[in-house]
Amino acid sequence: MKDMGESASYLDRTRLASVFAEAHPPLDHHPALVEASRCYFCYDAPCVEACPTAINIPQFIRQIASGNLRGSAHTILAENILGGSCARVCPTEVLCQQACVRNAEEGRPIEIGALQRHATDWLMHHEPTPFTRAPTTGRRVAVVGAGPAGLACAHRLALHGHDAVIFDAKPKPGGLNEYGIAAYKLVDDFAQREVDFILSVGGVTIEHEKSLGSDFDLASLRRTFDAVFLGLGLAGVRALDALGETFAGVRDAVDFIAELRQAGPDAPPTIGRRVVVIGGGNTAIDAATQSRLLGAEEVTIVYRRGPEHMSATGKEQRWAQVNGVVIRHWATPTRLLGSPAVTGVEFERTRADDAGRLTVTGERFVIEADTVLKAIGQTFVPDPLRMPDGVALVVEEGRIRVDADRLTSIAGVYAGGDCVAGEDLTVRAVQDGKLAAEAIHRYLAG
Amino acid sequence: MADLATTFAGIRSSNPFWLASAPPTDKAYNVVRAFEAGWGGVVWKTLGEDPPIVNTCSRYGAVRYKGSPFAGFNNIELITDRPLDVNLAEIRQVKRDRPDRALVVSLMVPCVEQSWKQILTQVEDTGCDGVELNFGCPHGMSERNMGSAVGQVPEYVEMVTNWCKQHSRLPVIVKLTPNITNILAPAEAAKRGGADAVSLINTLQSITGVDLDLMAPEPVVDGKGTHGGYCGPAVKPVALHMVADIARGLPGLPISGIGGIGTWRDAAEFIALGAGTVQVCSAAMHYGFRIVSDMIDGLSNWMDVKGYRGIEDFRGRATANYVHWSDLNLNWKTIARIDPGLCIRCGLCYIACEDTSHQAIAALREDGRRRYEVIDAECVGCNLCLHVCPVDGCITMEPQPMSGPKITWNEHPNNPLRQVAAE
Ligand SMILES: Cc1cc2nc3c(=O)[nH]c(=O)nc-3n(C[C@H](O)[C@H](O)[C@H](O)COP(=O)(O)OP(=O)(O)OC[C@H]3O[C@@H](n4cnc5c(N)ncnc54)[C@H](O)[C@@H]3O)c2cc1C
Ligand SMILES: Cc1cc2nc3c(=O)[nH]c(=O)nc-3n(C[C@H](O)[C@H](O)[C@H](O)COP(=O)(O)O)c2cc1C
Ligand code: SF4
Repeated sequence: MKDMGESASYLDRTRLASVFAEAHPPLDHHPALVEASRCYFCYDAPCVEACPTAINIPQFIRQIASGNLRGSAHTILAENILGGSCARVCPTEVLCQQACVRNAEEGRPIEIGALQRHATDWLMHHEPTPFTRAPTTGRRVAVVGAGPAGLACAHRLALHGHDAVIFDAKPKPGGLNEYGIAAYKLVDDFAQREVDFILSVGGVTIEHEKSLGSDFDLASLRRTFDAVFLGLGLAGVRALDALGETFAGVRDAVDFIAELRQAGPDAPPTIGRRVVVIGGGNTAIDAATQSRLLGAEEVTIVYRRGPEHMSATGKEQRWAQVNGVVIRHWATPTRLLGSPAVTGVEFERTRADDAGRLTVTGERFVIEADTVLKAIGQTFVPDPLRMPDGVALVVEEGRIRVDADRLTSIAGVYAGGDCVAGEDLTVRAVQDGKLAAEAIHRYLAG
Repeated sequence: MADLATTFAGIRSSNPFWLASAPPTDKAYNVVRAFEAGWGGVVWKTLGEDPPIVNTCSRYGAVRYKGSPFAGFNNIELITDRPLDVNLAEIRQVKRDRPDRALVVSLMVPCVEQSWKQILTQVEDTGCDGVELNFGCPHGMSERNMGSAVGQVPEYVEMVTNWCKQHSRLPVIVKLTPNITNILAPAEAAKRGGADAVSLINTLQSITGVDLDLMAPEPVVDGKGTHGGYCGPAVKPVALHMVADIARGLPGLPISGIGGIGTWRDAAEFIALGAGTVQVCSAAMHYGFRIVSDMIDGLSNWMDVKGYRGIEDFRGRATANYVHWSDLNLNWKTIARIDPGLCIRCGLCYIACEDTSHQAIAALREDGRRRYEVIDAECVGCNLCLHVCPVDGCITMEPQPMSGPKITWNEHPNNPLRQVAAE
């Protein structure tokens, strides 16, 4: 704790520990059995439909109840090889658990995420991967990006006997599981342990710190590999368009989180006393909550619409609030105050007009701040896709265009995860990777 | 307020709730606590001849169902393992201290007249209210030609009952074993022998489970297991059936109902089928003696609502409606109805009827939302969907107009042996 110096109080220390401590600890064996026995084993279960990777949820829960944890984990991982991290990071309250029939009955769904974690944790602790590869085909596929989409794609390709080479710009694999997701959701280096587990099936190699666009281009990948999958995520961060963005103390929330994740509890980044976070998604929630836990006195999230419009779920909003974060709605930043260091943000109140469009009211207020974290969304940066031959991958509404097979506008090139249209969620990225791998497998056979 | 007092085979108790002969009634300490908790009577843990038997370590097995412990309970214990004079002294003292409560003593000695005569004299001397003959224990004692070894042979039941009636003036209750094909045979034998009442059921022979690591039946004693006696909630349907058969077949013979009783509702069902008192073992072993307070309170409240002033007002009321299958109306028709407002869309009714019944439920989608609907023409009114539905009141069976007058199998044209009305 070198930044805190000798004067760091006990409170600071425990608080700091809580930045990295697990927010929702795992279920013990007995509570897991009790929870599993609440499941009705629905037929044509709504929860399965609500899971983007369509895990056979009633089946895996029944397998927990019967004491068949290996079978249960296999059921999960067969559809979602990142079932372990999804169990921890999925906003289940808007996915599987929201569809649980127990909601209609008693307002309390089965804790599907916690049970999924119970089964996958057991397997990862006790057993090697339950998968084996088909005989090698000799086909090689390039996967760009070692995030959830790329990993899921590479694993599925490997199962079909193809060899996958993953290229990633960063020194560590995992994508946002390693650099983005809040520390309290993925503790104990889980992202790296999961990557090791996934790779243990064989047939997948990772080339670290190799960037598409600078170290090689799409055209060369197409020449040297039989197919290509792009799981690039979102490299850009939306700008505020509010004058003063370059003041000291103003930064991207995603960078702040990445720095925090990599620093760990021994050398956490310093944080100001008054923090304003602008945005309404997971990133805003995580940045604000972690700022509080790091010791900021006042942390305010300001979002331009109402609570129901935030992409962070109600559960996540409450999580920030119980950690002392104030969330203010219906206001948009007009100006950053200060120079050279930021001293505050001026906001203008907003409202929705009769058609639901956002309009400003002219009423302004200022929140004092020495730190401003921008979390107003990430953007896809198409630059790395540029090819010397002039052929360009079609990008539509800011994301790579794909069809139902996750095929891009170029034959043999597939894409998925955050870099294509859809909800920016880990589980959706996994599904994209899986679907693309199946399509690539058919393409290579054809 | 309803009056719960009963007189059973001449034995009076303040309520019909007795503790069955078993560990809860093993010694004065337990019995005194039971009386304090409110139990109307007890049947003391079965006494035998000295030297006392020896019990094993690891005695109980249990069936856990879907996370619920104690759905069924099993034991390999024998009769009392304490010396006879200790038990007799305690029985005398307890009866003296609590004369208002029923105290019946359970007995099991070898099938020798002198043995029964001897113990009956000693027991009568304690001042207890009656004796119960344990012809039911299905393990350990039966191998020594006692317990269910007697209960399974009607001639022995009659003979021993007869001895007891000759050598004692106490009311004699014969406790029957369910490990038999027709319960009427030993019940009739008890009646012929002069029994004042029967009590049933004792435990069912069982193995509750197998330890798949030790490869031995549970409960495991040093690597081995043996069959035990099954009781608890799981055996209630077996007990109800046997009680009903005796109530219908031997009207007038007092019955003390036993088996899986844990609530006032269970007790009311036994009484409705003819039982005069009920006995409880497993539920007390699960939760302690305190369960009796709600049994008393709940039964009394229910009786008030129904307008029953005493136990006799409703005892046996369901017996007349317990008929043979061939007396059921084959023209009675019901159809399942699914309440869409209550339906939680679990699909369980659909898959049960589709795979294993009559394909009478349609799985529909309206704007992507699931809807399950009964196809009236296919529904045979079997109740399967109703029973698999997890939501109370969501599926009901709606009576339909009958296609003709009441007709039973006895009268049905498809019945080759049908009784044709005399012309
Ligand atoms: C702060 C934050 C919190 C979040 N919390 C949650 C949450 O709680 N639950 C949830 O479900 N989702 C959450 N998400 C979203 C989730 O992390 C993403 O949807 C998911 O990681 C997308 O996976 P991906 O594989 O498409 O992209 P990423 O995880 O972004 O992985 C992309 C990978 O590609 C690499 N890459 C990029 N460009 C290149 C290049 N040119 N050459 C080589 N490699 C390159 C990157 O280094 C990275 O490893 C959160 C996101 C953020 C930012
Ligand atoms: C551990 C145990 C010991 C028992 N011992 C006796 C006994 O000594 N004499 C007897 O007549 N019945 C004995 N029983 C049977 C009970 O009295 C009773 O008939 C049976 O358990 C069914 O009732 P229940 O379902 O309420 O437990 C015993 C039962 C148990 C569980
Ligand atoms: S009552 Fe039986 S046949 Fe009718 S719908 Fe229900 S399960 Fe099917």
